[in-house]
Amino acid sequence: MHSDSNGEKPPSASTRSGVRLKPNLQENNGASVGAAHVASAGLHSLPTENTPKLLQLQNISKRFGDTLANEDISLSLHKGEVVALLGENGAGKTTLMSILFGHYVAEQGTIHYADAQGVLQLLQPGNPQAALAARIGMVHQHFTLAENLTGFENILLGSENLLLPARGRAALRARVEAQMTESGLQVSLDERVSALTVGERQRIEILKALAHDTQVLVLDEPTAVLTPQEAEGLYQTVALLAQRGLAIIFISHKLHEVMAASDRVVVLRHGKLVGELTTAEASQQQIAELMVGREVPPNKHEHVERGEPVLQLSAVNVDSTQLRHRLRDVSLTVHSGEIVGVAGVSGNGQAGLADLISGLLQPSSGEMRIGGTPASGAGPRQLMARGVARIPEDRHHQGVVAAMNISENLIIESLDDPRFQRFGVVRSGAARAHAEQQIEEYDIRCEGPDATVGLLSGGNMQKLILARALDKAPLLILASQPARGLDIGAQTDVYQRLLDARKRGAGVLLISEDLDELFSLADRLVVLHEGELIDAGDSDKVDRSSIGLMMAGQHKDVAEPQEAQR
Amino acid sequence: MIRLEPRSQSSRWLSLMAPVLAALFAMLLAAIPLLAAGQNPFIAYGLIVKGAFGNLFALTETLTRATPLILTGLAAAVAFRAKLWNIGLEGQLYLGAVGAVVVGTGAIDAPPAVLIPLVLIAGAAAGALAMIGPAWLKTRFQTDEVVTTLLLNFIILLLVQMLLEGMLKDPMALGWPQSEPIVDEALLPAVISPRYRLHMGLYLAMAASVLVFFIMRYTTFGFALRAVGENPAAARHAGISITGATLGAAALSGALAGLAGVSEVAGLKGYLTADMSPGFGYAGIVVAMLAGLSPLGVVLAAVFVAAVFVGADFMSRALSVSNYLADLMVALALLCVLIGGFLRRFKVSWISASNTAKGANT
Repeated sequence: MHSDSNGEKPPSASTRSGVRLKPNLQENNGASVGAAHVASAGLHSLPTENTPKLLQLQNISKRFGDTLANEDISLSLHKGEVVALLGENGAGKTTLMSILFGHYVAEQGTIHYADAQGVLQLLQPGNPQAALAARIGMVHQHFTLAENLTGFENILLGSENLLLPARGRAALRARVEAQMTESGLQVSLDERVSALTVGERQRIEILKALAHDTQVLVLDEPTAVLTPQEAEGLYQTVALLAQRGLAIIFISHKLHEVMAASDRVVVLRHGKLVGELTTAEASQQQIAELMVGREVPPNKHEHVERGEPVLQLSAVNVDSTQLRHRLRDVSLTVHSGEIVGVAGVSGNGQAGLADLISGLLQPSSGEMRIGGTPASGAGPRQLMARGVARIPEDRHHQGVVAAMNISENLIIESLDDPRFQRFGVVRSGAARAHAEQQIEEYDIRCEGPDATVGLLSGGNMQKLILARALDKAPLLILASQPARGLDIGAQTDVYQRLLDARKRGAGVLLISEDLDELFSLADRLVVLHEGELIDAGDSDKVDRSSIGLMMAGQHKDVAEPQEAQR
Repeated sequence: MIRLEPRSQSSRWLSLMAPVLAALFAMLLAAIPLLAAGQNPFIAYGLIVKGAFGNLFALTETLTRATPLILTGLAAAVAFRAKLWNIGLEGQLYLGAVGAVVVGTGAIDAPPAVLIPLVLIAGAAAGALAMIGPAWLKTRFQTDEVVTTLLLNFIILLLVQMLLEGMLKDPMALGWPQSEPIVDEALLPAVISPRYRLHMGLYLAMAASVLVFFIMRYTTFGFALRAVGENPAAARHAGISITGATLGAAALSGALAGLAGVSEVAGLKGYLTADMSPGFGYAGIVVAMLAGLSPLGVVLAAVFVAAVFVGADFMSRALSVSNYLADLMVALALLCVLIGGFLRRFKVSWISASNTAKGANT
């Protein structure tokens, strides 16, 4: 299931393979490309004038309404380098890449790309076809594969000529296979995509992006869906591709990832380029401060005495045709005053667990207890009445009604509450007053209670959801990916709210794909794999790599290496 | 190549003016066939306005025509707000009329103060029942309500024809398939005088519009209905019953369409025939869309559509241009509103083809 290299290499060690792979680079380039001078630029340092430029963005500015999404950004990319584009959400990373790919047109600035002769040419703005022709490829965060087709068919779909005759197909096939051997992107091409793991799907996406003889590859938050081991494999792939002469833009907001994968870091903040550093010479703290623009206070994790169980699941099964909802024999207890973290690769039953505790899904067998009394069969309304607060995984999908306003979204879970209605008529005055107070208390940046929620930023939307969930001093808080897509400032805020609730005596079940988040917040960890829950013990006594193995379903086989090969 | 960029925000003024601009643009487009027929569009439109509003008689005729359209328009607006695509308004209207006929043709002997409400309730209940069925199938089996409600129209119309040939047939009607007349105590009184056809159904429709506005805006039911329509997943997560909201919306929508049937049979015709409605149910969908699903806007949109139909009749008699022009204008207005709504959300720009080709060749 994993990239093949995991067996031998300690996954926690930095795989920033620039230095280690350098001798190979020289050989490779000398032999295959005939451009040995590239490598002579020295040990993977900042590229010098000798390294040809592949892409040059100059003074890009783009405005949306009153906000400047990109302001005078200049950035150039050289052959063989990995540049991390780092920034909080809303910093302008996506806008910049959308301009590069012709989805938006910049008000100002130009983009040049190197043509086949290495001469810089102007890239026509606003035309995705031109970007493809300029040999720029992109791997999106959310995969764009057709699940009912095989990997190769998907790559074929991405190529310019769909009606390729059989001979053309064979040529493309040979090219893709050559690419696979060279870049180490080994994956079965004839398997249907639906049968592939997430890591394998990503490899198909990368191969698809490479199929156009690509020279600039953009990876948008590529590790979001991977296990730590799979991520390590990806870093190696990235290093290999760079070594073969590609220039790579690696978009991320995770610092350790950037440290592991890039040669150079470009930091965006509020649409401006605020820093450009050589990764080897920078520290995480330094980059974090550049990104946020101030010092980042660490969350305080005080010791809290564990109390009574607030959530007990015993031998719960959920039968479902969908893997993401299926749970097998899950037993779990969350006590008052503790945060239990649920790790796991997305789609392994997290949705089922969250829906179960939200009251949206009933167990096929087994029992759920809230605060010590049985709660099987209860719907969302009953569970909320019994002190369960929910922060849903997908804010836009389940969290808010975007077309309704802030005050309405704050009372949507309390339509029965006499505070907000009388004889079925909404007490809009009370709702507004409540909204004004919550906006103040949770620092929701908006125009007021009547502002449409759809216009809020992700962070402010999450603050609204937190305000609504924590309003009634809940016994149990179910937090699914509570900080996903938020900037560091908003993240710290969410974490602090959860820690405060824990201190007050609430139990928190934190479902997350971000191991940093789990390790820094959770008292205990459990891992979900294919609907089975594995107890990983106290978070300060377990290490990342064993969590990673559990996430891949290999925990039982750790002792038996033979099995692990499977 | 056409490029679309979503607009970050659309101005309030623009969204209020959009239907008006769309109507004007529709008139501009409808001028093309008028010119082709050799008529001066200004004269033709002048005659339409005169025919719709030119004197008290014209005005009352327009409002009489608008009355069922207000009610079916409200019915569509309520259902569409909950993303319940009720295309069965025509059938619900007829079933409402059947309800009124069953109660109001002598089965009950009571003074108007009792009998009129009874007739209204019977019609509303019949209309509501006709919509609850498909809505229940939707919540229970995820059947497509567009299909079920649309096909139910034909079933109900055939049922009405059967009843008019059988149980409800008026023996005094010389063999015509029509119901017994509504008794005088159950008839909706005239608004001005019996010389004009305008009846109390108009006040009923306007009161319904205010009531629907209040329900949608200020009640927890309206809240739940809007939430389910906008984002069912979030509504369900927040503990709102999707089944409850959907069935509620269906009942309210069907009841309003049923009232349109009552209003026609007890206010205008006096007895039921199978050709009572010239498609008020379908026109109600157009009215609701023109009004942007706003309950108060439905009144204006209904008057606009009624005026086009009544005025175009007058114009066609005067200029001998086919009165199908009215259908054309209403259809164009609807298309213009839909396109206008699209343009409000997206900015459209154009990339010249030569540039595209050049970019792709390099």
